[in-house]
Amino acid sequence: MHLSDFQDGLASALLPAPGANTPPPAWLDALLAQPGFAVYRNTVAQGCIDALLANYPAVQALVGTDWLRAAAHAFVHQHPPNDGRLMGYGAGFAEFLEGFGPADRLPYLGAVARLDRCWTEAHLAADAPTLQAAWLARQPPEALALLRLRPHPAARWQWCAAHPAYQLWQRQRAGLPWDDMLPWQGEGALLTRPHDAVQWAPLPRAGCALLDACAAGAPFEHAAAQALQADPGADLPALVALLLRTGALRAPETPWP
Amino acid sequence: MPHPLTAGLGLKPQHYDEALHCTASGLWWEVHPENYLADGGPRLAWLEASRARHPVSLHGVSLSLAADAPPDAGHLRRLAQLARRIEPALVSEHLAWSAWRGRYHPDLLPFPRTHEALARIAANISATQDALGRAIAIENPTHYLHLDGHDWSETDFLAELVGRTGCGLLLDVNNVYLSAHNLGTRASDYLDAFPVQAITEIHLAGHHADPRLGAALLIDSHDAPVAEPVWALYERLIARTGPRPTLIERDDAIPPLPELLVERERAHRVLTTPEALPCT
Repeated sequence: MHLSDFQDGLASALLPAPGANTPPPAWLDALLAQPGFAVYRNTVAQGCIDALLANYPAVQALVGTDWLRAAAHAFVHQHPPNDGRLMGYGAGFAEFLEGFGPADRLPYLGAVARLDRCWTEAHLAADAPTLQAAWLARQPPEALALLRLRPHPAARWQWCAAHPAYQLWQRQRAGLPWDDMLPWQGEGALLTRPHDAVQWAPLPRAGCALLDACAAGAPFEHAAAQALQADPGADLPALVALLLRTGALRAPETPWP
Repeated sequence: MPHPLTAGLGLKPQHYDEALHCTASGLWWEVHPENYLADGGPRLAWLEASRARHPVSLHGVSLSLAADAPPDAGHLRRLAQLARRIEPALVSEHLAWSAWRGRYHPDLLPFPRTHEALARIAANISATQDALGRAIAIENPTHYLHLDGHDWSETDFLAELVGRTGCGLLLDVNNVYLSAHNLGTRASDYLDAFPVQAITEIHLAGHHADPRLGAALLIDSHDAPVAEPVWALYERLIARTGPRPTLIERDDAIPPLPELLVERERAHRVLTTPEALPCT
């Protein structure tokens, strides 16, 4: 038998694609009948599920390990890992949860999962120096409008209009119990990694719009207009101060004259 | 001249801080490079800090050398980048496959050791060694299945890979013990036939009986101390080969570091008895 035929057969038995139900060939049947086959099947499934659970701790704290394992099992078969870096496995799990029937009664779960994903991405992102307030203060006022501020490679931000996603997420991360008194309103979150550890802070809607525009390469005057469009009452200097304080912006690669 | 490597331990995140203060002679750390193939961030910083104090070995689990496809170019490039940054004392991978047609199966999967597989794996090892600019060591896997269609015994297959590619071998004594048990062969026969002159690293680990089948099937679980029969095989092997860098693996039910250091000390003693030859 060719190596590729053997691999195709074994792979189809280990992580069957959803809906796949072609009967295995006789040689594969003989392998499946051996007690040792379950070791491989369990190790593969367990490895994927454990990696997913490790990357979604706030979701796990909200729904419990058994519920999440069942959801992870379904996700793994639809979206198996595509390489060995399991520390980053699980992109798309938030969107999966939003279409996952058993999660219907927890409409905020996807938003919380999105912030767990932001943490993983921030943790693994490239290093870069952060933009310093002193540098910004040295720029001539007429240059500020045209400055293209760039988000730091480890900065992640999310606006959630429907749920207090930031509070829900950060309370789980901090090990705090569910709060029935939590005001149910839209919330944004900003995750940064100015040094080693990922940090987080609430970010208003205008701040998310500002960072979206910066990420798209807009000059500051356009980014500021976007922020004010999202919230006409936004305090722009306070927003910029927050982005500088949290390390959400990247220092320019070549110092300006 | 640097101290020769004697016994090493797997470096686990929960031990990072303590590991920086270990002073044991001959100690080295092994990690799975997959856990450090990040663009940046604290993981790489931890690994670099550990590397500043002790030699580090990169023990890959996902190159999928026994797949009928060349190793993923992106993975090889990232691995080479990490190796340049960490300057590992040892680099190793498995005689197994895991990635196939864009999917990664987190396990070390078996294959029939055919002439075709031999040619493919030799090419894959050579491609890896070219990308890294150094020889790597190939580890014997644990077996749980009787496969048909082998053209080669595993020991001859490994010897042939050494001859064709110049790679070294990582002999996992626990895997030898478990495979012999699970397949009904003799571990001592396997070790007698093993091309020991190519060994550049040895692994020791704990195992447990399958929860459903009991002792009929032993699992390479890395969640317990090394078993006595495995120590016995190891001591006999070292008496024959002289010292070789030896790793104690523990990947689950991880005890406090001092407990692992005690187990590591046992391997260190085996490697540094007066009868043992200097490490090569």
